[in-house]
Amino acid sequence: MHAPTNPAPQAGTVYGVVLNDRGSVERMGAALTEAPYKAQPKAPIMYIKPANTFAADGAQVSLPGGAEKVEIGATVGVVMGRPASRVALEDASAFIAGYIVAADLSLPHTSYYRPAIREKCFDGSCILGAPVAASRISDPAGLSIRTTINGIDADQFDLASLVRGVPALLRDVSEFMTLSAGDILLVGVKWQAPTAAPGDHVSVISDVLGSIQFSIDQTRHQEAA
Amino acid sequence: MKKGRVYFNGAIHQVTLAQDGSVRLPDGTALAEEQAHWLPPVQAGTIFALGLNYADHARELAFKAPEQPLVFLKGPNALIGHRAHTARPHDAEYMHYECELAVVIGKHARNVSQQDAYDYIAGYTVANDYAIRDYLENYYRPNLRVKNRDGCTPIGPWLVDAADVPDPMDLVLSTSVNGKETQRGTTRDMVFSIPWLVEYLSAIMTLSPGDIILTGTPEGLANVVAGDEVVTEIEGVGRLVNFLADDRSPSLSSV
Repeated sequence: MHAPTNPAPQAGTVYGVVLNDRGSVERMGAALTEAPYKAQPKAPIMYIKPANTFAADGAQVSLPGGAEKVEIGATVGVVMGRPASRVALEDASAFIAGYIVAADLSLPHTSYYRPAIREKCFDGSCILGAPVAASRISDPAGLSIRTTINGIDADQFDLASLVRGVPALLRDVSEFMTLSAGDILLVGVKWQAPTAAPGDHVSVISDVLGSIQFSIDQTRHQEAA
Repeated sequence: MKKGRVYFNGAIHQVTLAQDGSVRLPDGTALAEEQAHWLPPVQAGTIFALGLNYADHARELAFKAPEQPLVFLKGPNALIGHRAHTARPHDAEYMHYECELAVVIGKHARNVSQQDAYDYIAGYTVANDYAIRDYLENYYRPNLRVKNRDGCTPIGPWLVDAADVPDPMDLVLSTSVNGKETQRGTTRDMVFSIPWLVEYLSAIMTLSPGDIILTGTPEGLANVVAGDEVVTEIEGVGRLVNFLADDRSPSLSSV
């Protein structure tokens, strides 16, 4: 028996970034200057989680056929309050409506060379929590989230470890593209984040933003649907 | 039928192309193309784009044609309508157009086979998927700074019903800059065909009405500069006009 899943949340476009925490950058190390990358990244390394990926707290997520595990990219989403274009660092907070906890699920992929559509865009692979008003968050750099898999601590992500903190990220993204009200900018997922397998129950928890829970469906997939 | 969306006289309207070539409002009023402000012909859902999907173009960029399709996504900020102005960064060395056949999905599609793929297509339009190669980085390449800039993907003018495009895999594409043809190819040369792409994408994820697939561009790229008029055209689908403006230009804020 499956518990009923909450309807997918309404959101604008969800954008994410990789290699935005110092730990991941350090672990990739010299590889970033070798082929295929050949140079350290300059602009934020962005991706899109399209609407079919949106899922709510309580979701049961089916993995694509054949997938044995999935990376749990636990992160924080910045919810935009008004259109943001060419935002200055000191003005960034004025554009932010709130923050959410989020889990960006990806089939494991170690290379960031090509866009990871197959790995990152399967149905239900972006679990979005409920927004907490920005006025209640004095400094997003103080946020910290924990991931548990079957109740056991699997990871912790501190926004203090971001390469680009929230204001700098908003400045550098909005330099070339406008974020609209309702768009969500995920502030970073770790390279080789912890993985979960079919049957596992996952929680992403913030003391300030609340938590989301979801499980990885044991019935093999989507193809059969 | 060819359907477009325009802003005219204080409201947004769906328009159709009349037999005499005029643009018709729902009440029958006839407009010249230049009288309306054109919006993208569909309110886009997820926007997919293909890189290196014509063998000749892959060679031109010194890549061998891929064994798996190179798919990337865009946000709605990238789209602008027919006859609009696209900002060209004044300090960029190389910005080029890409004339592409855009496929608009008409119904929810999940695990659709190639044989059934055309049943899920609402229609077709023309897109110009500009790229500014100065901003290329080898991370999730082509990266969003190259391909998801505001207004850098003109699309339209018309959404042409699928029934009116008997063979989308046999259409001539061409681009002209200031009246001089610079790019010509045929959709016959796609590496991954439209039915193949619908099967491939719908095996990964659920496609929805309004999702758009930009199917790649043939060879014939050239740098374009502020002041250029770039026309991307696909036989039977449409003729999409775009103007390039210097990103510092005050005219951008008045158009």
